[in-house]
Amino acid sequence: MELTRGTIRRLARSSIDGIDGTLLTVVLMLTALGIATLYSASEESPERVVSQLRHLAAALAAMWLAARTPLPLIMRSALPVYAVGLLLLIGVALFGDVVNGARRWLSFGVMRFQPSEMMKIAMPLMLAWYFHRNEGSVRWREFSVAGVLVAVPALLIARQPDLGTALLVAAAGFYVIFFAGLSWKAMGGLAALALASLPPIWSLLHDYQRQRILTLLDPTQDPLGAGYHIIQSTIAIGSGGLSGKGWLNGSQAHLEFIPERHTDFIFAVYSEEFGLIGNCVLLVLYTLLIARGLAIAAQAATLFSRLLAGAISLIFFTYACVNIGMVSGVLPVVGVPLPFLSYGGTALLTLFVAIGLLMNVQKQRKLIRT
Amino acid sequence: MIGLTELRNTERELHQFGTRVIVAAVVVLASFVLLGARFVWLQLIQHEYYHTRAEDNRIAIVPLPPRRGLIFDRNGTVLARNYSAYTLEIAPRKVHDVEDTIKMLSEVVAIGPRDRSRFAKHLVEARNAESLPIRTRLADEEVARFAVNRYRFSGVEIKARHFRQYPFGATASHVLGYIGRIDARDVEELETLGVEANYRGTEYIGKRGVEATYQQSLHGVTGFEQVEIDAAGRGIRSLSQTPARPGRDVTLTLDIRLQEVAEAAFASRRGALVALDPADGAVLAFVSMPGYDPNLFVDGIDLQSWKALNSSADRPLNNRAIAGLYPPGSTFKPFMALAALSLGQRTPNSTIQDPGYFVLGERRFRDSRPGGHGTVNLRKSIVVSSDVYYYQLAHDMGIEAIAGFMRQFGFGSRTGIDLEGEAAGVLPSPEWKLKRFVRREQQRWYAGETISIGIGQGYNAYTPLQLAAATAAIANGGALYRPHVVAHIDNPRTGERESIAPQLLRQIPLKPEHVAFVQEAMAGVNQEGTGARAFAGAEYTSAGKTGTAQVIGIKQNEKYDESKVDERLRDHSLFIAFAPLQSPKIALAVVVENGGFGSRTAAPIARTVLDYYLLGKRTEASVQESDDADMESP
Repeated sequence: MELTRGTIRRLARSSIDGIDGTLLTVVLMLTALGIATLYSASEESPERVVSQLRHLAAALAAMWLAARTPLPLIMRSALPVYAVGLLLLIGVALFGDVVNGARRWLSFGVMRFQPSEMMKIAMPLMLAWYFHRNEGSVRWREFSVAGVLVAVPALLIARQPDLGTALLVAAAGFYVIFFAGLSWKAMGGLAALALASLPPIWSLLHDYQRQRILTLLDPTQDPLGAGYHIIQSTIAIGSGGLSGKGWLNGSQAHLEFIPERHTDFIFAVYSEEFGLIGNCVLLVLYTLLIARGLAIAAQAATLFSRLLAGAISLIFFTYACVNIGMVSGVLPVVGVPLPFLSYGGTALLTLFVAIGLLMNVQKQRKLIRT
Repeated sequence: MIGLTELRNTERELHQFGTRVIVAAVVVLASFVLLGARFVWLQLIQHEYYHTRAEDNRIAIVPLPPRRGLIFDRNGTVLARNYSAYTLEIAPRKVHDVEDTIKMLSEVVAIGPRDRSRFAKHLVEARNAESLPIRTRLADEEVARFAVNRYRFSGVEIKARHFRQYPFGATASHVLGYIGRIDARDVEELETLGVEANYRGTEYIGKRGVEATYQQSLHGVTGFEQVEIDAAGRGIRSLSQTPARPGRDVTLTLDIRLQEVAEAAFASRRGALVALDPADGAVLAFVSMPGYDPNLFVDGIDLQSWKALNSSADRPLNNRAIAGLYPPGSTFKPFMALAALSLGQRTPNSTIQDPGYFVLGERRFRDSRPGGHGTVNLRKSIVVSSDVYYYQLAHDMGIEAIAGFMRQFGFGSRTGIDLEGEAAGVLPSPEWKLKRFVRREQQRWYAGETISIGIGQGYNAYTPLQLAAATAAIANGGALYRPHVVAHIDNPRTGERESIAPQLLRQIPLKPEHVAFVQEAMAGVNQEGTGARAFAGAEYTSAGKTGTAQVIGIKQNEKYDESKVDERLRDHSLFIAFAPLQSPKIALAVVVENGGFGSRTAAPIARTVLDYYLLGKRTEASVQESDDADMESP
């Protein structure tokens, strides 16, 4: 008896070993807000909520795995995962399914899969591994190689066309390069180059992408077309006021004025119902999440884990900031989900794997200390 | 040395990394502060503007509800029509304090306690309704007075609405039914039918009667108007319009004059009458007394009237003609006689001795006539209504044979009439008992039970409609039609007509000479038997049968004394009839609750109805004195 009870206790302790309480709490609070909003956005029908809970269960399992896989193994897998991701992207470009006019999906019989989603994790892993391998001798050459490693998948994704994900994947790569210590001068030069390249990029953009940028600048130009999303979502946010209309009471959302209200525009539903106070709560939760991630990065034991943790933290920031900025009408509509709140299995899975990697880095630091 | 540089390198790197983390943190915080500033701008500073826009600034799709179809009787008399009137309506969600608003409104427009209680009922029943009427049928000056004071009341509006009107009031109320406000259960039903979109803007729906069963025909197709609305919620201009298509008109088989005569014949008695055309099952008159005034329901019934209707001991909302179950009493005997002939149990000439009682084992079954009817043949058994003859017959036939034969006439199963709430009734059989009861000793069929089945008592329980349909089948030689109250449905715009075709449920295999024999015996009832008094001097040939159904069981050694029995426990009076004898035009069944002997109250009502239908004569139904009670059977 004693023995089995001890064994069970040891098993229980070892199974939660490596799970960071702070991170998990913050992330679960965010997910809970998301599910509450989802319930409201889906007219109080439980199907989507149940489906999202199923996604959450899978995501938590993936997080647990990511947190407990030995870091060296993760490091070794960086290159193969990146390579596979790249191959799949090429595969999408050649044989992908077209959904909503964009070629983003790969079909594997019963399930479809977005390889670009996988790149969101594979990219920082790959670059962190690459810099780690060249630790102590990171120079211009290494930064240039890193630049190519970022550019190729980003361009492939942009060609699908999925500008939003392309920017996010590129940003993930850039964050690793930033933390790896690319000089401020070089970054300034890159920024200048980017500005200079705007006109030619503009000419390469698809019409709908140009439209998105134009309507962002003046949504009233096209109130029933492309500007409609932004106008309606800002009305939703603005009408929420200080304390919101109350859960399940958002008229904009319930009268179906908000498009994509389960996914990319879920923030408008949330904001209409919970108001400024709710928005502040959300921003505080994201700040806590990012701060915790950056703290883990600052205290990480190896270059790989530092870069990885730092990049992941900033990826969370980018997602949240771009999505909220888009829905509240200060950034272009680029199709980025709100992390942990938007409906969708793949996105949730990716996010929780990233959380698991953060936890893994944190555990490793503990081990080295003791 | 090398190790030292590496250490220093690492330290430098760590320091650089730390700086970058701080830079990143600053960027994150700055971005979030900027987003926060955006929220403050949208949600505090610009809140009013966006709030207004969320409320009002949009293009509204305004449904245009169709005009409801009219209902006519078979001669084109309007039984249900529409009129438009102004109503004062409150949008509960746009009003802060409903009570307060009503109080303020009552200073401008007269609002009575009935209006208030009706509004309270609406509020409970239709919580999600956009606007609910507080006053209906406003006078022009009231409309004007409100218009002047309109600015004081946001969320209160005057609307022009169509109202339903039933010009004949309570007459035929159980056929017409009524319309009422759509409630949650109606919405559910509309959703299962998949027609909820067509009901946007519609407030009323048929709740009972033809209004309910022909709801989809009467309703029509809702139109839509796209309206641009300004920030105050007022329509600025119409952008496009799809007009509504009015509902179809429904013409009944009912003759409203005959209906009036039949209802008047009941006077204040409770009961039911169904008159059918034996040729096709068309319902000519359909009475369930007492009725109710369907106009009460039109703009929402107030609580007091609703309670009064619901709690009345007379159960005016109960549709007795299709939901009331009564033992047929002696009106069952012609069917039993037909069974005896068809199954070869009796010949017209075989006789029995009726000493006034029938013995089965230990039990004695009494005849209603103390000394009995002496020598009785089949014809006489119907004319004088001998009980002993049918005790013996039922015993000889057995319950299975009786049930099997009666099932063909539709006894114990719904006729499928186009009205809701029809009851199936009970056709007693061992099989039925097995299903009905749980305890083993109750499930058993006793031989004694068959005996009372033979005279229409016992477990027998049928609706007046079933009795009328079966009588029509005797009248027409065995064709059982599905009774129907609607003749045709017309599209008022295209003139397109959909006729309701007669539906033959069953051609009962009967020998014409057997049917003719029973018909002739029933004619004898009206000439020389229990119906003779009621049909004295009739200018047409007719066939009938009286019946009396026990409400309470009288012990075999007790004498039933009507004067000692409470009015509501007195026997029900029944009569079935058809006329004329050759090629009958009308067949009917009458039940008068607690009316005593069938010859006394039910038969005179039947006579009145037949007189009017066949001769166009209005006669008063006169209650006969009880001096011929000895001709009767229970």
